Amino acid sequence: MPLAPPITDLEQLKNHPAVARVVGWKPEAVTGVKFDRDEMTIYVDRAYIREACIALKDDPACPFNFLSDVTCVDWYPAEPRFEVVYHLLSIPKKERVRLKVHLNSASPAIESITSVWPGANYFEREVFDLFGVRFTGHPYLRRILMPEDWEGHPLRKDYPVEGYR
Amino acid sequence: MAHLNPTPVLEPGQDRTMILNMGPQHPSTHGVLRVLLEIDGETVVRMMPDIGYLHTGIEKTCEAKFYQQVVPLTDRIDYLCPMTNNLCYVLAVEKLLGLEIPPKAQWLRVLLNELTRINSHLVWLGTHAMDIGALTVFLYCFREREEILRMFEMVSGQRMMTSYFRVGGIALEPPLGFFDRVRDFAGYFPERIDQYENLLTGNPIWMMRTKGVARMTAEDAIGLGATGPTLRGSGVDIDLRRDMPYSSYEKFQFKVPISQEGDVFARYMCRVQELRESIGIVRQALDGMPEGPIKADAPGVVLPDREKMKTQMESLIYHFKIITEGFAVPVGEVYQAVESPRGEMGYYIVSDGTAKPYRVHMRSACFANLQTLPTMCEGRLLADVVAAIGSIDIVLGEIDR
Repeated sequence: MPLAPPITDLEQLKNHPAVARVVGWKPEAVTGVKFDRDEMTIYVDRAYIREACIALKDDPACPFNFLSDVTCVDWYPAEPRFEVVYHLLSIPKKERVRLKVHLNSASPAIESITSVWPGANYFEREVFDLFGVRFTGHPYLRRILMPEDWEGHPLRKDYPVEGYR
Repeated sequence: MAHLNPTPVLEPGQDRTMILNMGPQHPSTHGVLRVLLEIDGETVVRMMPDIGYLHTGIEKTCEAKFYQQVVPLTDRIDYLCPMTNNLCYVLAVEKLLGLEIPPKAQWLRVLLNELTRINSHLVWLGTHAMDIGALTVFLYCFREREEILRMFEMVSGQRMMTSYFRVGGIALEPPLGFFDRVRDFAGYFPERIDQYENLLTGNPIWMMRTKGVARMTAEDAIGLGATGPTLRGSGVDIDLRRDMPYSSYEKFQFKVPISQEGDVFARYMCRVQELRESIGIVRQALDGMPEGPIKADAPGVVLPDREKMKTQMESLIYHFKIITEGFAVPVGEVYQAVESPRGEMGYYIVSDGTAKPYRVHMRSACFANLQTLPTMCEGRLLADVVAAIGSIDIVLGEIDR
């Protein structure tokens, strides 16, 4: 089964329920799309992430009502360095979509989506703990896995695998 | 020594309440969960779970390993369902590679995954009942669990850390007599479930401790990211095996048990019925087991057979290259989710085209399920906290990773 090349053309993908919803809601919020290995990715502008989540959650046709996961990828030394990744699931329609937001290393901060899904709380704390990405509006942004007095953010690529000795 | 005096993260809100620390070394927390409770007499006013005591940095370790070297690490995330984690990881890598897996390997994976589910649910049932005070059930459950662990030992040589699945198939053919043993087990196991149910389901003490305790509505459960029996116990009908099938699950017939009440008893009933469905899937897998190879035909990715290595030069070269350099995976990213005994287990893998994963993230079902605890317990009695913790079936190894 050879791999099909990813599709990044917005025109071809606008029939996907998530793309149709976000583009219909606010076209300038979408900075790109990608369809690869049967998975839909929407690149969302940093300023709109919380509202885009609300728009997808309240979509009457295909409500993406469940937040599966929030995580982050560090592309050090490239810029924009961080990529915050959200995986949403539509329980009624059994669809998945991935939202991605790019963040610069100068100010890795993004609006929290805990007001949309309270379950984002732990996931965002984990990303803050391991990557040092700040979530504005988070009710309790503290380290969750590492000790309170730990220095550095272990999943950053410039953090050695063996740790600092 | 700042780490010896951690700053208190919960302060009493008023004069009549006090802070009670539960764990991390507490027998009912199933590992090393620490819970901070603000109590007013016997009533829990606020609750805050504190985790991280088992954090081993597995996600960071994965980035320094070849793709095939990550498989043993996935066992250690959730030590009660190693095969589910193996499966989720190898499915994700196979999706990245675009590999087609032979039917026999897929059916064996289903068979072993359902045995793993039974194994995990038996540990949950035994310890959950023991927390609430029904000691006998524990011994009954571990009797059957022992048989499953022996079957795992037969196929993989290990009782718990099996590492049996490989990218592109499974490691070895199951040994002679394995299928007969599973058939034997599938024959008598439904009767054993009746035995557990006789001890618990109609038992008035069990019902008083579980019915109406730690309730959670469907909206709360969805909002907090709960999955698996914790979500289905609140009446939400979703099971990834049926709704987004992977590894040939679409070829099996099974029901998805749902309860509407959203209390500890509802979650208990969901899991006990899942035991019956799982043993049904095991029986279907035994009856319809296809013939054929157990590894995909992908010479650069799948290790060659021992016999071929001794007779064919190419096989020897491929073996040497896979072991020393790994195999390169095309650039891309996938999110693969499977229905683990605890809920949605997901692996998000990013590849940069080299032989080592750029990023591996595990979406742990327990990590999200744990967030539901304060919703369940606040406003209720202290003794119900133990029942609530047992009912969401947490494994701290998976939460902390």
